[in-house]
Amino acid sequence: MEDVFTIANKNFNSRLIVGTGKYKSFEETANAVKASGADIVTVAVRRVNILEKNQPLLMDYLDPKSITYLPNTAGCYSSEEALRTLRLAREMGGWRMVKLEVLGDKKTLYPNMIETIKSTEILVKEGFDVMVYCTDDPIMTKKLEDVGACAIMPLGAPIGSGIGIQNKTNIALIKEQSSVPVIVDAGVGTASDATIAMELGCDGVLLNTAIAEAKNPVLMAEAMKHAVIAGRKAFKAVRMKKRQYASASSPQRNLI
Amino acid sequence: MNNLNVAKIQLNGNPYEINDGINLNELLNMLKIQKNKVAIEVNGEIVEKNKYTNLILNKNDKVEIVKFIGGG
Repeated sequence: MEDVFTIANKNFNSRLIVGTGKYKSFEETANAVKASGADIVTVAVRRVNILEKNQPLLMDYLDPKSITYLPNTAGCYSSEEALRTLRLAREMGGWRMVKLEVLGDKKTLYPNMIETIKSTEILVKEGFDVMVYCTDDPIMTKKLEDVGACAIMPLGAPIGSGIGIQNKTNIALIKEQSSVPVIVDAGVGTASDATIAMELGCDGVLLNTAIAEAKNPVLMAEAMKHAVIAGRKAFKAVRMKKRQYASASSPQRNLI
Repeated sequence: MNNLNVAKIQLNGNPYEINDGINLNELLNMLKIQKNKVAIEVNGEIVEKNKYTNLILNKNDKVEIVKFIGGG
């Protein structure tokens, strides 16, 4: 049975979105992305280094024609910075689907939801499809949906922490009440964390550091691919009921 | 010698000298940058790619050229 992942009317096969930061080289980035099977990669917008002419570019290793680039606003601490970044990203080549993150604090990289909601509203009016990194507060995510976010992306734990989904109850609650895709963004450390996000019913997982900082990033990318598929299938299969006591798996009748 | 023809601009936050009267396309050629891989802001305004040739750079212009890099 087909299980298509749809964001802003666009269909994707993989429910895993991967970041492209923190890799040792562009070759490693490309190999890890390929192993992950992701159809969407997040990218950041930064100044060109004028002094180093003919430097290789990310685009030379990951072709934006064959994989969907999702420009982000990482490092932006105000609505103005985030809007400027995404307008530039769109000009670069027509990127309409973007990842908005407006940060509130350097230590936790927690989102500033007031600026985030304000920015989402403006970007939606300007015709962007806005996927939004946000807190795991169901009231805030509802507001985001109200102002037109095309995907809600609550953090499982702080960015780059790798400590896994800390807030299962909230993530499940947000998924239950949202009519747009819910993607766990940030906090995943290893394969089982991604599976848990998917078992909670989330539509996808976005991660970067868990792959990039693994000792073998390409192997971890492959693990994440399978973890997301496993979690999704388990969710769709609907798990068994939990019991307090044992229930024998072999029949009790006709024992010798 | 021919300093009359040089104009100072701010390029990605640093002072940069260009030949006076060149357009944005010529600046990119000088920097060996492919225009389909960047976006440009001049004095805080985004410049559409089809307007690069028409945009003549002036003294003290603030030019920002950005690209995509790896990010999460």
